[in-house]
Amino acid sequence: MARFAVRRFMSMLALLFATSVVVFGIFEIIPSYNPARAIAGRNANATTVKEVSKKFGFDKPFYAQYANTMKLIFTGQIVDYQDQLNVVDQFKQKFPATLSLVIPAGIIWLIAAIVLGSVGALKAGKFADRALMVMAIVGVSIPVFLLAAVLLYLLAYKTSVFPNTGYVSLTSSPAQWAYHLILPWFSIALLSIGFYSRVLRGNILDMINQDFVRTARAKGLSQRDVFSRHVLRNSLMPIITLFGLDFATLLGGATLVTETVFNIPGIGQYEAAAIGNLDVPPILVGAMFTAFFVVIFGAFCDLFYALLDPRIRLSG
Amino acid sequence: MAERLLEVDNLQVSFATEDGVVRAVDGVSFTLDRGEVLAIVGESGSGKSVTSMTLMGLTRGVNSHFGGSAKLKGKELLSASEEDLEKIRGAEIAMIFQDPISSLSPVHRIGDQIVEQIRAHDKKISKGAAFDRAVEGMERVGIPHARGRARAYPHEFSGGMRQRAMIAMALSLSPSVLIADEPTTALDVTIQAQILDEVKNLREHSDSGIIFVTHDLGVVADIADRVIVMYAGRVVEKGTLDEIFYDPQHPYTWGLLGSVTRMDREPPKRLPSIPGLPPSLIKAPKGCHFRPRCPHEFDRCAEVPPLEARVSDAPDHLDRCWLSVEDKRSRREVEGRIGLVKDTVAV
Amino acid sequence: MALDVSRFRRGNGQTSSTEDPPAQTTQDPSFALPESGGTLARPEPVTGAPRAPEPEEPSTVGVGPYRLAVRRLRRNKTALFFAGVFVLIVVVCLLAPIYSQDIAKISPNATNVTGTVNGHNVVSTSGVPIGPQFGAHYFFGADEEGRDLAVRLLYGGRTSLLIGGVATVIILLFGTLVGLLAGYFRGIIDAILRPIMELIWSFPPVILGVAVGTALALGGIGPIKGNSVFIPALIIGVIYIPYLGKPIRGETLRLREMDFVDAARVQGMSPRRIMFSEILPNTMSTIIVFAPIMLANAILLEAYLSFLGAGVQPPNASWGTLISDGINYLDTTPTFALIPGAMLVLTVLSINVFGDGVRDALDPRAQVKIQT
Repeated sequence: MARFAVRRFMSMLALLFATSVVVFGIFEIIPSYNPARAIAGRNANATTVKEVSKKFGFDKPFYAQYANTMKLIFTGQIVDYQDQLNVVDQFKQKFPATLSLVIPAGIIWLIAAIVLGSVGALKAGKFADRALMVMAIVGVSIPVFLLAAVLLYLLAYKTSVFPNTGYVSLTSSPAQWAYHLILPWFSIALLSIGFYSRVLRGNILDMINQDFVRTARAKGLSQRDVFSRHVLRNSLMPIITLFGLDFATLLGGATLVTETVFNIPGIGQYEAAAIGNLDVPPILVGAMFTAFFVVIFGAFCDLFYALLDPRIRLSG
Repeated sequence: MAERLLEVDNLQVSFATEDGVVRAVDGVSFTLDRGEVLAIVGESGSGKSVTSMTLMGLTRGVNSHFGGSAKLKGKELLSASEEDLEKIRGAEIAMIFQDPISSLSPVHRIGDQIVEQIRAHDKKISKGAAFDRAVEGMERVGIPHARGRARAYPHEFSGGMRQRAMIAMALSLSPSVLIADEPTTALDVTIQAQILDEVKNLREHSDSGIIFVTHDLGVVADIADRVIVMYAGRVVEKGTLDEIFYDPQHPYTWGLLGSVTRMDREPPKRLPSIPGLPPSLIKAPKGCHFRPRCPHEFDRCAEVPPLEARVSDAPDHLDRCWLSVEDKRSRREVEGRIGLVKDTVAV
Repeated sequence: MALDVSRFRRGNGQTSSTEDPPAQTTQDPSFALPESGGTLARPEPVTGAPRAPEPEEPSTVGVGPYRLAVRRLRRNKTALFFAGVFVLIVVVCLLAPIYSQDIAKISPNATNVTGTVNGHNVVSTSGVPIGPQFGAHYFFGADEEGRDLAVRLLYGGRTSLLIGGVATVIILLFGTLVGLLAGYFRGIIDAILRPIMELIWSFPPVILGVAVGTALALGGIGPIKGNSVFIPALIIGVIYIPYLGKPIRGETLRLREMDFVDAARVQGMSPRRIMFSEILPNTMSTIIVFAPIMLANAILLEAYLSFLGAGVQPPNASWGTLISDGINYLDTTPTFALIPGAMLVLTVLSINVFGDGVRDALDPRAQVKIQT
């Protein structure tokens, strides 16, 4: 267990390092990119740009800039170029909105996928299964912003069932919080439900033909017990891995499209704005934030795996 | 006379597949009494496993179709409801499978898997009591330190121990019929012998009827009372152990027997085998299914030979071959042993 | 829908679970009869594709795996129908200049804020564009600058399809190449290529694409100008290279250990020849399965990038930019966003359904990571 933790921590450091170097490097490579100009403003003259450049250390070599930026990030003093706001504070302030968006969406899509995937497998070839197939393939064919647009048009503009956009924090009014977030939740969840349930369905169908499932039936277990105790349990594992990675990237800001469309002040919207302004610090912190969650959730998945399957040992 | 446990009459099982209808079992009949060991012998795809699994209702599905009848103590199994079958499975008819590692759930403890079976049939028994019974059962089949081992997972067991656990599980509710589907095939030779001893032990100490499904005639000689030889979905010969081994009537049985090397004879120059492959069960050959591989076939083989007694003094020794008993006796001996080699046969 | 027949057969597998296992594990040969009746297995053709589909009915013996796949695909009417839809969309989009000149009689970038059509303002005084007119002019309505949406839809389709196509070519060429090189040579080449692929792969494509897209849109890269449509094509291509490169690498690693590769090596074939004439043909079914998925994902990612302003730059249009523009008028002129959206979804859906049919026909067991 200790070895597992240490190895995971090492791989997290490696991934954080690689991610930060690459993100930093991308902007270094771009010939036309000049952060000093961005900070100084469009109409600034050459001397101002030079001063800004000196002040932020943009005239120093790549590795010195990188080291300086990393120092600022890990001491929590990094500020964005655009408004000179502390990036870490911004993340702290905006993270609750992203959590409010991602966690319920994740729960909806995982539960729906398990239910629908099971139905699809048990009714293989029948109408429910085909409907699921259609849903899965439509799900991977619609961009989330378009689904959001359709939902908004139908349920917010045409029928006013839900508010069009905006965000109310959970602490101020739980009912309003949920009311405002239902459309965003489903925008995120609907597209993944089809794909996940399809994968689960395939796993279940493979599992049903396993010898130990035949044994379970031969023991005289009821169909429900055979399914829940033997088939489903073994079929869930690949789904958990998929979910871990997807959920981690969502927490890290992959919600930028959804947050932009629904005007939710989370880190996705913050990052979208930063990307638009080519504001490196928030992009960099966002990328590292994602890498952090990817490793953490990878470790969670492995722990969960080990819990589900005694053959797996945690070696990292 | 011992109690009649099973009565299978003209059992037919077919599966609809994309490529056509597979007639996996075509008119199989047999009976099983208490305390008796019946061996069903045949190659892969001969229908022996389908037959045994059909008795447990494990071949049911949207694409499967059944005919004939199979009665357990007079109760029809083919038309029984799924609920009734669930009550029968594991309690009245239990099954031991071929490959214990894939047949045991990898994610549940051995003891819990046995407990699960006990509790599926006895809703009132406590978990602790069921566990004690599971441990007892494991001890009975020779698993040492059973109480501790019951908490282990299948991957922590050796192959032989796994199969013992499988047997303990099958016996946990003292079923009247035990089906062993190639229980030794996936095991090492030394372990095979131990497991066979366990089955023999069972034959002596319980009054269950045992169906032993195998492709291995060497094993059959050791434990069976009666033998059914299946080929391509049909029974080609059936009789007592002695009848099958000492007076085999069907050329396919000769082939099977010829393929067994014997310690008391000179070793053959090359390992004998039956030439050719079993036929597709979608487009089975007309007439005798064995005809394409049989060196003794003649024009009459285009008709399906009935399964009937042909040896005058053995009314229960049935076979499905048009050759006369005298012809058979003169043709089956090759180099002093039973064989199926074409070039030594003068037709 | 006929897409799922092979899975259905497998899934409902009462047949497969009840047949005796085809392969027996080790046993003492002197004690048991040979299960296969004693005939020797037919020798495998040395360069035959090892990923041949599941055993078929006797009539297909001797038919190559690709002809078999084509035969199976031809039976899949749903897949064929959607392939037809896709071809139709491509043809219609290619005809954009003709529609623009001869029917709508307006160029895709011509603004017309003050004009009228059928007695209505093209753009109302409050700035709301007109909805569909279903006539020669403004068939699908106008955008916020009074440009003809139908014309822009077709031109935008050309752009989206072009970017998707170019990106797919990049993915197929370089994904295959990188996978072959890393898998065949291993060692230092793999040590360099694999981490790069892993790194790109672990980023959500949208975030990576938007960041790079925004940056490159400013100054372009090398000879390509910032507002060129080849910038998003290049970015999308590079982002998805690992999605093909990783599986090809894995397959190459497996194939290079196989006997027919050893045989080629013993014959003195050069590594280049072994890679391209021995290993590459055997990875072809994977490449074919991935091609439609990659095309669909490339078109989708283009839409994401353009929606976020990091893809196609004005005044050019793509389906993504049209949706992005139209989403602001969802309450007044919903068709502005929803018509380009419908075109986008129909296109991607057609490719995906066809791709699914191809996958089922070639290799019913393929597992593919579909993600945007």
